[in-house]
Amino acid sequence: MSTVTAPPQGAATDPSAPRTIPLAPISWRAPIVYGVLGLLTFVAFGLLPAGGTFTTFTFSTGTDLFAIAPVRVPSKTAAVVLTLIALAVAVVSFVTTRSRRRIGPWLPALFGVVEVAALLTWAVAGKTNPLPVTGLLAGSLFLATPLVFGSLSGLLCEHSGIINIAIEGQLLAGAFLAAVVGTLTQNAYAGLIAAPIAGVLVALLLILFSIRYRVDQIIVGVVLNVLVVGVTSYLFSTVMKDNASTWNSPPRLATLSIPLLSKIPILGPVLFQQNVLVYLMYVVVVVLQIMLFRSRWGLRMRSVGEHPLAADTVGIKVNRTRVRNTMLGGAVAGLGGAFFTVAAGLAFGKEMTGGKGYIALAAMILGRWSPKGAIAAALLFGFSDNLQVVLGIIGTPIPSQIMLMTPYAVTIFAVAGLVGRVRAPASEGIPYVK
Amino acid sequence: MSDNASASAAAPAPAGPTGAEPSEPSRGETILREMLSSSWLVTTLAIVLALVISGVLIAAADPTVQSTATYLFARPSDFLSAAWHAVANAYVALFQGSILDTSAPTFVRAIRPLTETTTVAVPIILAGLGLGIGFRAGMFNIGAQGQIILGAVFGGYIGFAFDLPAGLHLLLAVIGAAIGGGLWAGIAGFLKARTGANEVIVTIMLNNIAIYLIGYLLTTSAFQRPGSNNPISPPIKATALYPQILGSQFRLHAGFLVAIAATVFVWWLMDRSTIGFRFRAVGANSKAARTAGISVNTNYIWVMVIAGALAGLAGSAQVLGTEKVLSIDVAASFGFDAITVALLGRSKPLGTFLAGLLFGALRAGGFAMQARTGTPIDIVLVVQSLIVLFIAAPPLVRSVFRLSSGSSRRSTRTVKEVAA
Repeated sequence: MSTVTAPPQGAATDPSAPRTIPLAPISWRAPIVYGVLGLLTFVAFGLLPAGGTFTTFTFSTGTDLFAIAPVRVPSKTAAVVLTLIALAVAVVSFVTTRSRRRIGPWLPALFGVVEVAALLTWAVAGKTNPLPVTGLLAGSLFLATPLVFGSLSGLLCEHSGIINIAIEGQLLAGAFLAAVVGTLTQNAYAGLIAAPIAGVLVALLLILFSIRYRVDQIIVGVVLNVLVVGVTSYLFSTVMKDNASTWNSPPRLATLSIPLLSKIPILGPVLFQQNVLVYLMYVVVVVLQIMLFRSRWGLRMRSVGEHPLAADTVGIKVNRTRVRNTMLGGAVAGLGGAFFTVAAGLAFGKEMTGGKGYIALAAMILGRWSPKGAIAAALLFGFSDNLQVVLGIIGTPIPSQIMLMTPYAVTIFAVAGLVGRVRAPASEGIPYVK
Repeated sequence: MSDNASASAAAPAPAGPTGAEPSEPSRGETILREMLSSSWLVTTLAIVLALVISGVLIAAADPTVQSTATYLFARPSDFLSAAWHAVANAYVALFQGSILDTSAPTFVRAIRPLTETTTVAVPIILAGLGLGIGFRAGMFNIGAQGQIILGAVFGGYIGFAFDLPAGLHLLLAVIGAAIGGGLWAGIAGFLKARTGANEVIVTIMLNNIAIYLIGYLLTTSAFQRPGSNNPISPPIKATALYPQILGSQFRLHAGFLVAIAATVFVWWLMDRSTIGFRFRAVGANSKAARTAGISVNTNYIWVMVIAGALAGLAGSAQVLGTEKVLSIDVAASFGFDAITVALLGRSKPLGTFLAGLLFGALRAGGFAMQARTGTPIDIVLVVQSLIVLFIAAPPLVRSVFRLSSGSSRRSTRTVKEVAA
């Protein structure tokens, strides 16, 4: 994608510029990836025998304004049609790449949707339990929540020049404090308010070491993750484990249905029958997407991350901006940590974030340091997490471990094939010394 | 640890991973200055400070301390002595479990903790050496965990599936483990070289894939122990096991010799060979290296393959030496410990070796501490991370201990003058 770029608008003034750009080599990466994946799935899902002849999908949840009848399709024909669409996407991609036209994000999105639909058609073929599409999507959005908050935290820090590897620690600290405060007050919302405080505390340590003492930011981040795991696990083993009722039985955030909107079939249950943390996520993503790229605040932040000396020259306080953004990032990640305890309705457990902070980091890079990209990447991970759960209940021919590793393999494909050389903020990781 | 600091001071190459390509040398110089000014005194004080802070946590969670704290102002001596006992007992157990068990009745039992420490340290050292190469070559490889697992899978499979003469069998299994780790890491290197895929993402993803891969393999007939429902392989054949170098009383195996040899090899590779010079040149400034005619992309691949091979050897130490069987937990958390160890050792071979021993001691001693005093082993993670943080920030340690004439401001200025 990096080399297939349209000539910039302003280039028309320079007559030599439009001539030099077409000379750049064509990148065949995207069509090749589409083609290979399309062929593989065409053979695997379309031609090889499936577990049955019919696949049933259900869409209704019972609270909708009107019910959509379950859809029953012939498995083999549906899979062949879907994978042929995927191959058609590869052809479109080939044609546009050859003519050096730029394609929007709808093409990879369409490709992903038809491939996943083909996989589902094949995997659920012949099962007595139908596939609950709505439940699958709603669960995916829910599981993506901590990843979205984590990657937003990462990009808040990185756009101002601080690499935040400590997302994992901030999520874990947020989960811990949310559980403790939620239990002590017997109020899930109190836990939700406490979670960002824990994230900010971790962020303050990151600030102390990386800005005040200019220790390598990646070192600090990695080590802070270990520190938070150590402290929370220690407190869990010594205090919480034996007195779970006083310290570690947080109430669950209630599901709030938004009137009317939640009655829309499919979309309603997916988007508008969630808890307050998910609604907060919508707000934070939209606000950040606008503020980051359309506001003075965002411009200053990005200038600090790209060229701190220039920012300083025009009077922007570089380190103050970095401190504020890192604290804000810590708060956002801490809020995401509340997902694991009060939002999921679970007690705190040792290392319960299980590497989600690192996945959030990957989602941030995969989404190219933009909030909307981050939410798309996080949804991909959330979907495959939940798909594994749903298919585990229905029962599939695929071993669960293979299902579980798919999102990670897809990420590698995406990073190597479609995203390629991403560009991080230029000055991230470099301490600013006036 | 004093050797660690002096060793890092001796070699002038800028250490530390570079997430983004450094456009200005100031970052490397800052790290270098910190390293040079970090004397053995700071290192020792950093460890002391880490132990003190962890001691506060130990005391706070002790039930006797908590009960005496309720009448703290009536009789503070009770509180203080309870806190002292809680902390002292824990640390004495930590020492006895990691270095010398002074309470043991026999000599063998007394020195067993030291051999346990070295046994635990072997995989951490080997994987840490590999990560250190990557950090010096400008690649932040988080994938040691997956590389250890793949090394253990390859080495373990050769170890239990084939019947070969002793010696040859072990050699093949060890080479297989190195190849397994090297190939797994090579994926990340290859993708970075060919497509520019960020190695941080790819290695994190490969870690996750490796965990599910070993889980899947151990359910297949080729790997699962016949007649067992648990995800565990048949035992490794005796011909493929590392010999126990101190006799059968101790778990210490020849993997420790491999770790020593690897430390020397990495020192030679990075500090004496042309390949190592290229690695360091790419790490210091990849654009300048490319201008000088070094193939940066080839370097990316080889750095990862060598790092992965070392992590694969760590896997061989686990499967062919310590565990003697392939299981899902074969890599424990060594791959992540290795990151901290490589950072603490400033990515230098000797520093990594010593840092690995320290971490091995803390882990081995942590088990003894948990068994004897009930202090959870999780406190070891706190100690480890605080040590690394404090060693990385000498001015903080100096200001805490009021080194050089009292005021923290003056002491930082002294540091700058010394470095200048």
